[in-house]
Amino acid sequence: MRVLMFGWEFPPHIAGGLGTACYGLTRGLARNGVEVIFVVPKAYGDEDQRFIRVVNASDVDAVYTAGESDSEIWKHVKFMEINSNMVPYISPEQFERERKQSQKVGTVHNVGDVWRERYNFSGKYGANLMEEVARYALVARQVAIELEGQFDVIHAHDWLTYYAGIAAKEVSGKPLVVHMHATEYDRSGENINTQTYAIERGGMEAADLVMAVSNLTRNIIINKYGIPADKVITVHNAVRFADNNMEEERGVKDKIVTFLGRITYQKGPDYFVEAAAKVLKRTPNVRFVMAGSGDMMNHVIRRVARLGIADRFHFTGFLKGADVQKMFALSDVYVMPSVSEPFGISPLEAMKSNVPTIISKQSGVAEVLDYAVKVDYWDVDAMADAIYGLVTYPALSELFARKGLEEVTGLKWNNAAAKIKAGYERVINEQNK
Amino acid sequence: MKTVSLYFQVHQPLRLKTYRFFNMGKDHNYLDVSVNRSIMQRVAAECYLPMNNLLLRLIKEMEGKFKVTFSISGLAIEQFRSYTPEVLDSFRALAETGCVEFLAETYSHSLSSLISPAEFKKEVDAHIALMKEEFGYTPTAFRNTELIYSDQIGEQVAAMGFRTMLAEGARHVLGWKSPNFVYANALDSKLRLLMRNYKLSDDIAFRFSNQGWGEWPLTAEKYAGWIADENTSGEVINLFMDYETFGEHQKAQSGIFDFMAALPKAMLATGQLEFKTVTESAAAHQPTGVLYCMHAMSWADEERDVTAWLGNELQNEAFKKLYGLEEKVNALNSPDFDYVWNFMKASDHFYYMATKWFSDGDVHSYFNPYDSAYTAFINYMNVLSDFDIELEKALAEKGVEVAEQSAEKEAKKAPAAKKAPAKKAAAPKKATAAKKPATKKAAAK
Repeated sequence: MRVLMFGWEFPPHIAGGLGTACYGLTRGLARNGVEVIFVVPKAYGDEDQRFIRVVNASDVDAVYTAGESDSEIWKHVKFMEINSNMVPYISPEQFERERKQSQKVGTVHNVGDVWRERYNFSGKYGANLMEEVARYALVARQVAIELEGQFDVIHAHDWLTYYAGIAAKEVSGKPLVVHMHATEYDRSGENINTQTYAIERGGMEAADLVMAVSNLTRNIIINKYGIPADKVITVHNAVRFADNNMEEERGVKDKIVTFLGRITYQKGPDYFVEAAAKVLKRTPNVRFVMAGSGDMMNHVIRRVARLGIADRFHFTGFLKGADVQKMFALSDVYVMPSVSEPFGISPLEAMKSNVPTIISKQSGVAEVLDYAVKVDYWDVDAMADAIYGLVTYPALSELFARKGLEEVTGLKWNNAAAKIKAGYERVINEQNK
Repeated sequence: MKTVSLYFQVHQPLRLKTYRFFNMGKDHNYLDVSVNRSIMQRVAAECYLPMNNLLLRLIKEMEGKFKVTFSISGLAIEQFRSYTPEVLDSFRALAETGCVEFLAETYSHSLSSLISPAEFKKEVDAHIALMKEEFGYTPTAFRNTELIYSDQIGEQVAAMGFRTMLAEGARHVLGWKSPNFVYANALDSKLRLLMRNYKLSDDIAFRFSNQGWGEWPLTAEKYAGWIADENTSGEVINLFMDYETFGEHQKAQSGIFDFMAALPKAMLATGQLEFKTVTESAAAHQPTGVLYCMHAMSWADEERDVTAWLGNELQNEAFKKLYGLEEKVNALNSPDFDYVWNFMKASDHFYYMATKWFSDGDVHSYFNPYDSAYTAFINYMNVLSDFDIELEKALAEKGVEVAEQSAEKEAKKAPAAKKAPAKKAAAPKKATAAKKPATKKAAAK
């Protein structure tokens, strides 16, 4: 079986969990005997290609016709600048940088008299995101033509690639699977960006099968997007084990409770602060660390100062690469108090570093974990209780660390990939009927 | 005859390096040595050395008729010792003329007067000892950090034996009264107050090089004329400013040095003006009234209050946590820890955490190593947290027990400022002697 896959990012050049998930998933598929052609807007040349072929969309000559066939795609899209809260998985600094840069350079306009054009994709979540989404679709169409006969099914990840998936389906006639890693409701709460919503919904309607990263996400898809339930299956994410579990020398002897993620509304950072204040009232030998950055950071710092806990509540700023592993290695408890989290891969990474984990019930990952403490994100008393228990009673934290590691070890991409493969077989068979 | 007093404030904080959470418990070098050194060397070359030379020349030329007053913070002296000892030499040369007065102040340019009478006294004693040691000079007048003053602070200063103190001529405190007279403290009338004439002072310190200012260019004759003019009523004209005005805030190209070179002669030529140091000026004039100042005022920002340092929750939290360590530091009584304790108390750290960035933003950002108040706060708290951990460790090793200070106790402490300063404040000699090895160590780093 061969699959043509459209993504937006791929390790090592990633802004968030989407790239990591795509990587694990393609590896799992390869192990299940599925061939994957992965198309990304911008390939740097140093991606791990042992398991898959990475096609750089910037290297494909797209036939640029302002005429009929493209208009199907173009007519759904107007070029508009969109602001940050609709952009998935981007660090705020990066978006700000991108936005400034694109303001300086100005929007790129396609001029009609250029017949063949090599599109140079920035491959980042920039201010001209909608424009790139549409141009990506043009290239996807060309890719599908050139690779004719080399794939049996098309798989598109997240709304950014849905137009690409639809275009490829149109020219090749192959079945389309779309993968929802997050919904617009997760990103923006109830105040959704209708343009993004329309693309997500259009993509799912055009698709033969929809994959959701959790039942939580599946329910949103059925209830809020009106997609028939039998067309949506849940494929939980997994976690990849690299053997880079580092040992970090501890500087402080206090227990360390960590929040790691973007400091934005949907990650629930303020609930973490309130819980921290409650814990510190009972026990002094704990330090809280908030690692990350985001638009709520200054608000959170002020709140910490006002609560009078700034000597025990530390901020690291945005962490990347080895510093993230270092932070896990230093942690005694990991807390993910997300208000809305389609899946949430970071608790799995914490657990594989032997860190007991507290997660909100409003996260998809809660569906697959037994050995994580689950609380409602708004229930700061329960969160404080759980933190207190894990830092105070060694028996409890050892149990969660040991069992948690066992549990997370069982979450293999191979299993997830087998489920995906079954999904492919289903749509291919349906088409052949 | 009106008495003019020129007073210059010399201070440089010890700036912290970027100190992250990951450094905690492992790295106890908190300072950005290279930044501190390069700033000190730059300011020495552009301001301290040329201005000291100019003043020395003028004092000699005027044969005793030109006098100036300085206050130099302990942290500035520490850095002179480490990075630019020639500046200390040039201050010594000024001291030897007999026409220069040195004031007492808080050793670390701190805000201790606002929270801890004991710590305040300890710092003043340490600074007096330092002045004796460096210049062989015993200060007779006092100025608090950034001219912070209130009735209570004045009373404490009087209790330390001072009879003269400087304060801001803040309009909200003086009301209809003129800053150009000597006033007395409301609680202890033996303490005489010299009020800064902020209009005339800021003409030099802020407006001198501003080409949009109606009076630009300002000449020494014009300026002396304003002061000598009969419309400028009063007995004393107090021109107080940062010493960094000369060559730093106002660059040499603006002509500030030429202006200062011509000023003494121009003033004396009016026949209406004389120069005196602040102690002489206060002694020569009777107080015309009592000054009431219930709430602390300062010379900073538009508001002339203490909100530049203690105006938002970040500053208040850091301030409370810092002084929460006072008992532990005193109980440990170790020169290495005192050294850190001193530079952590500098008011500048709190200034960097200010969030009122309007007209005064320029001044706040001057020498400011941080891009935002929040970064400044995070960095300061990281250092403070590590310092606390080390303090606890050292105390445990020494076997000293210090009762954990609760927030409520802290809150009570501030209003209790009236109580006599605790006697346990260490003898100044011991404190200074203790500081010396630590300073040498910093130089060696």
